[in-house]
Amino acid sequence: MNVRNYVRFEFFSIPENIAFARSCVAAFASQLDCTLEDIEEIKLVVSEAVSNCIIHGYENQPNKMITVIASIDHNGVLEIVVEDQGRGIEDLTRAMEATYSSDPTRMGLGFTFMKSFTDDMQVDTAPGKGTTVRLRRSFLKNEEALA
Amino acid sequence: MGLEFKRVRSTLVVRVSGEMDMLIADKMRAEIDKRIDDKNIKNLVLNLEKVTFMDSSGLGLIIGRYKRISAKQGRMFIVGARPQVEKILFFSGVNRLVPLYKNEQEVINI
Repeated sequence: MNVRNYVRFEFFSIPENIAFARSCVAAFASQLDCTLEDIEEIKLVVSEAVSNCIIHGYENQPNKMITVIASIDHNGVLEIVVEDQGRGIEDLTRAMEATYSSDPTRMGLGFTFMKSFTDDMQVDTAPGKGTTVRLRRSFLKNEEALA
Repeated sequence: MGLEFKRVRSTLVVRVSGEMDMLIADKMRAEIDKRIDDKNIKNLVLNLEKVTFMDSSGLGLIIGRYKRISAKQGRMFIVGARPQVEKILFFSGVNRLVPLYKNEQEVINI
């Protein structure tokens, strides 16, 4: 495995843990010599992914588990994986449309933000089988520039 | 999270501090709505000077209040957004519905 550093943590599906999750991943990512703007964007995508698990995956049930894995490889690529064992997404294409939300009080921008502020997003989901979102972002340029 | 309310004639000024995510948005919603439902309140100014983070839950809160204020034929403004928050407001297009100003004084002068 080409992994340079790795963390994995899990927590209950309550809104109090969203800030915890994004701060942990941001702290982990800060070893990559990224800019403050990069860190803000990492916080945003983690916040969106974890909020989705709580709202959509578990439909606000509080004592379900969310797992976050963050790793950095030798090429300066940060990978963030956010997993739930919730209800899954039936129509993924529709869920990824900007401004589509299954909840009318929400904006439906979660996947749009995740896609826009990373280099690659993969979603693995099936009804009743949970959802795994895998986000990758390269910091190679930043590291090379500093070398 | 901190919320501070101030009333200037028919305008409610809400000064928010902290991180506007799902946890905070849910708490803010009830606090703001019970005040803007007052028939003497027409306009809403959201002061985001002390907001250090915002995600789509925060944006959802803003859009929801915008709809409520518009239904009363009122106007809504955002003031003092920091660069990282401003970026999200522009990216989502929220700035096209709710205009952004530097500070409360600028809005009062309109």
